[in-house]
Amino acid sequence: MTQQAHLAAPGIAELEDLARQARAHIVRTIAGAHGGHLGGPLSVIDMLIALYFRVLRVRPDEPTWDDRDRLVLSKGHSSIALYTALAMRGYFPIAELRTFDAIDSRLQGHPDMTITPGVDMSSGSLGLGFSAALGIALGAKAAGKGFTTYAILGDGECNEGIVWEAAHVAPRHGIDNLIAIIDHNKLQQFGWRGASATDRLPAYTGTQLVDRWSAFGWRVLEMDGHDMSSILTTLEQARAVRGVPVAIVAHTVKGKGVSFMENDFTWHARVPNPQEAAAALAELEPAGGGGS
Amino acid sequence: MTLAPGKALRFVWGEELAELAKRDPRIVVLDGDLGSSTGAYIFEEAHPDRFFQMGIAEQNLLGAAAGMATVGFVPFVSTFACFSVARALDSIRVLIAQPKLNVKITGGYAGLLASMTGKTHLMWDDVAIMRSMAYMTVVAPADDNEARQAIRAIVDYHGPVYLRLTRSDSPTLFGPDYRFVLGDSVVVREGSDLTVFSTGVHTTRVYEAAELLAADGIDVHLVHVPTIKPLDEEGIVTAARRTGFVVTSEEHTIIGGLGGAVAETLSDRYPVPVKRIGLADTFGESGSDAALLDKYGISSEKTASAIKARFLDWKKNA
Repeated sequence: MTQQAHLAAPGIAELEDLARQARAHIVRTIAGAHGGHLGGPLSVIDMLIALYFRVLRVRPDEPTWDDRDRLVLSKGHSSIALYTALAMRGYFPIAELRTFDAIDSRLQGHPDMTITPGVDMSSGSLGLGFSAALGIALGAKAAGKGFTTYAILGDGECNEGIVWEAAHVAPRHGIDNLIAIIDHNKLQQFGWRGASATDRLPAYTGTQLVDRWSAFGWRVLEMDGHDMSSILTTLEQARAVRGVPVAIVAHTVKGKGVSFMENDFTWHARVPNPQEAAAALAELEPAGGGGS
Repeated sequence: MTLAPGKALRFVWGEELAELAKRDPRIVVLDGDLGSSTGAYIFEEAHPDRFFQMGIAEQNLLGAAAGMATVGFVPFVSTFACFSVARALDSIRVLIAQPKLNVKITGGYAGLLASMTGKTHLMWDDVAIMRSMAYMTVVAPADDNEARQAIRAIVDYHGPVYLRLTRSDSPTLFGPDYRFVLGDSVVVREGSDLTVFSTGVHTTRVYEAAELLAADGIDVHLVHVPTIKPLDEEGIVTAARRTGFVVTSEEHTIIGGLGGAVAETLSDRYPVPVKRIGLADTFGESGSDAALLDKYGISSEKTASAIKARFLDWKKNA
């Protein structure tokens, strides 16, 4: 049972369309809020849509249901992507996205489990969410609960020592109810200088992330983080693994879906001006093809 | 007058948790590979399936405890104060305090006496740090009897708690009739000349100091403050009003600990002269307990002298 009975499981094409709508919400929200992040949310959103609409056992009308699957967005600065997925899935009205980052809003710059329905763990200081996700998985095992905990990390986030503290100890406890998804978009906020100031190098290249997670005793899978079939197949494979924790290295593109934002580190947290926002939305909402 | 010997609070902690866990299945212990020192080994022996060895990795130790709390457990973290408060501060702040999660953070080996380890392990700004953190409750029991009751009380309380514990054997101050109430201060000794506030195991030294001063003709009104946050403001004001002159004494830096808390409260509510004594604004060093207590000025005798000097100075200028 991977979804609610009352919700017809969306097919691949529907998921792709939901993700396209989500991207438009993200761009519109960040432009409207004059703040927030874009690059990371656009790289992670396909996975969040797949998780919330096809994979997670959750009840949007009962967000604190004891046996729900947990999702911890450890790369908390991509909060707008999580909020968008939650709103579209029915946790709160989509119109509430307009309050993002505003005073008194339930939708804070970084996820706050104390105020936002559907947020299973506060996060924002990088690496911490993953550590808490390990604790959730450990607690679920100790309590004999069958739910799965998903933690989504950035590849840059894997610079943090606490990530490897948690990664090291998980296999010692026989954790196999925790799935780490690393959004490997190959760009950080600033990153390492390459040939020039605008050429930024990632912390991990080639198979480095795969090798590191493997070395820590995790079963490592790879997927195309923008391909719904790849995402669904890999998550299903991950859930079937027993005895060891699973890390999925998701190959993604920072800024995915908006041509002029893709693979450009400056869009990590840049706010589009009205012309840029209009251009982005024109790509995401082709005439007659959408809007929401 | 010397107090009767008592049990080190670290062992009391392990024993009491093991006992409570027989009746309360929510209690778990997460260890940062110091269980043989902190007393957590007692819990592991009694409840191996509820003892989680997290290795030498304190940021994750505190982070994982937060996650376990969200599933309904009451996690107690076993490590030294220097590692929980200093090394894992971000985990505490973001994952425990901000979401108000039900994690009990143990600061073992806190203060001046940490078994000849030196300045890396001597943590005496822990109360200042934890007290200034929103949503955090800070408790420092004086003896074995109070520690057992404090542990029971913080299990019953839902929310983040910092429990300050010490390594060395310490005397027993309270009798069998004593009742600890979270958030209350307690008058340990009635007196009329000056009011002294103290906290933690150090209260046993201040009690002995007060007895020494009594022989000297100085009558100390001694108030023990086991819950430093939330502070028993009424109790503090009442005790200050009684004598009009206050000294705070603690095994902690005089910056921001109990002395800071008392001074803040009295300056707002009942301004009287307040003198803070305790550990200086410096780091520590290795040494035997006796040598450290003497050199850093918080033995019973040194405490008596320090209180007396402040009192006579005040009397002279009053």
